Amino acid sequence: MKLKLRIWRQSGAEAKGRMVEYIVDGISEDASFLEMLDVLNEQLIAEGADPVAFDHDCREGICGACSLVIDGQAHGPQAATTTCQLHMRKYRDGDVIDVEPWRAGAFPVIKDLVVDRTAFDRIIAAGGYISAPTGTAPDAHATPVAKQDADAAFAAAACIGCGACVAACPNGSGMLFMAAKVAHLARMPQGQPERHTRVLGMVAEHDASGFGGCTNTGECSAACPKEIGLDVIGQLNRDFRKAAAKAA
Amino acid sequence: MSTDLKPRKAAPAKAGGRPARSPRLRSSIGLKLVMAVSGLLMVGFIIAHMAGNLHVFEGRESMNDYAHGLRTFGEPLIPHESLLWVMRLGLIAAVGAHIWSSVVLTRRALAARPVRYASKKPAKGESRHAAATMRWGAAVIVLFVTWHLLDLTFRTVNPVKEVPDAYGAVVAAFAPERWPVTVFYLLALVALGFHLRHGIWSAVQTIAGPDTRWRARWQAAALGVSVIVVAGFAVVPLAVSFGLVN
Ligand code: HEM
Ligand code: FES
Repeated sequence: MKLKLRIWRQSGAEAKGRMVEYIVDGISEDASFLEMLDVLNEQLIAEGADPVAFDHDCREGICGACSLVIDGQAHGPQAATTTCQLHMRKYRDGDVIDVEPWRAGAFPVIKDLVVDRTAFDRIIAAGGYISAPTGTAPDAHATPVAKQDADAAFAAAACIGCGACVAACPNGSGMLFMAAKVAHLARMPQGQPERHTRVLGMVAEHDASGFGGCTNTGECSAACPKEIGLDVIGQLNRDFRKAAAKAA
Repeated sequence: MSTDLKPRKAAPAKAGGRPARSPRLRSSIGLKLVMAVSGLLMVGFIIAHMAGNLHVFEGRESMNDYAHGLRTFGEPLIPHESLLWVMRLGLIAAVGAHIWSSVVLTRRALAARPVRYASKKPAKGESRHAAATMRWGAAVIVLFVTWHLLDLTFRTVNPVKEVPDAYGAVVAAFAPERWPVTVFYLLALVALGFHLRHGIWSAVQTIAGPDTRWRARWQAAALGVSVIVVAGFAVVPLAVSFGLVN
């Protein structure tokens, strides 16, 4: 199939960017979206032009590296799917496709479609961990966890940290990402000792990084490739309220 | 735009390792809590106000007695208009807190996306009308409340100046020849309806953080309350305009 692409090109962090049009031809419907961009890049390299920079790593939907806003939707039109798992059979010959980077002040563009997601690492470093003594791994059944809690923790832990929630949020908020980690650890016995300092620290870092607040529109969940629900934000709100009251 | 790859210092801490109080209240979740609590206080007021208005259908005497009762409640144990002033002060505080927190959060949200998307898709989240209606809806509500106070509280723009005659003022406010006023009231009610449809369940989400099942129930309850409030308010001007109350 033949497609017209409009892609955000920006030569560097400080440079001014703009949408640039490209035509790609001979794209198989079995190609993934990223493979389609690979075809474009080979074409650009052959022409001596600068290829389009985009993030990718596993290309199997588990690492969280890929990150494109395709026709205004983070990770494209298919629900519960990362960009690398999106396939060209979703498109028809002659389609025009807009491709933009995640847009958030806290995620500055490094080049073209690649953004700097260090802010997420800082949020995790501000409390999204447990402190555990090192040594041999404990027996798997040494600390029992109720099935219900294990399932909820596991669902929250499915977050791959891609940042689609921020890209989709009308407020550029990082709440779903932060809440997934808070909810994950809040359901585990190992997460209890640092539960309150965790939530206060992470929220402070989230705000300091320049992410917006949550208005509960739910765009984050709708865009999340791992279908993390708004209930994790409910848990975050509850933990924050309790931690803030206790620290007062 | 700068690319700061250096890790920033973690959570701001006061002496003693404890984060200061105001950053918590001014954090994105603290401000949401302020917005949620003040919003729910206003919801309580608005339901009571809506129910009170329905006295219009019982005639001039009942309506005026109700308005009078609000002023003389508890007399002579407590001074004249005590209840009214407690409600007014509470309401002013709630409105102030609500507007303050919403302005701070809105400015942060706008700053959080300095470059807009070139391509837009319709919203598909759980509360898909919220982003499109909450903020301009709030502006309409502010204009409406201002007019409403000048019309029925201070009577500046109302032909009936006698304070005890609430009934007469309502009939005059929505007289058929003042139809633009009625149309404006109804439009403002639509904005209020959308505001409450999202606001009520959003406030519950912020304060209580319900699970998935309860969230769906609260969303349904929010819709129900919004429909009742809008309908309850709308029947009064409509009844006056169409001559059912005069
Ligand atoms: C007076 C002018 C008003 C302004 C400027 C205003 C502004 C706002 C804004 C900007 C929001 C947040 C929107 C969002 O989450 O995207 C909001 C939420 C809300 N509003 Fe208002 N509003 C006003 C009046 C009212 C009234 C009259 C009521 C109740 C009868 C109300 C109840 C609520 C509630 C319950 C929320 C939800 C709080 C939350 O999301 O946690 N508001 N308001
Ligand atoms: S490249 Fe790893 S999730 Fe898409």
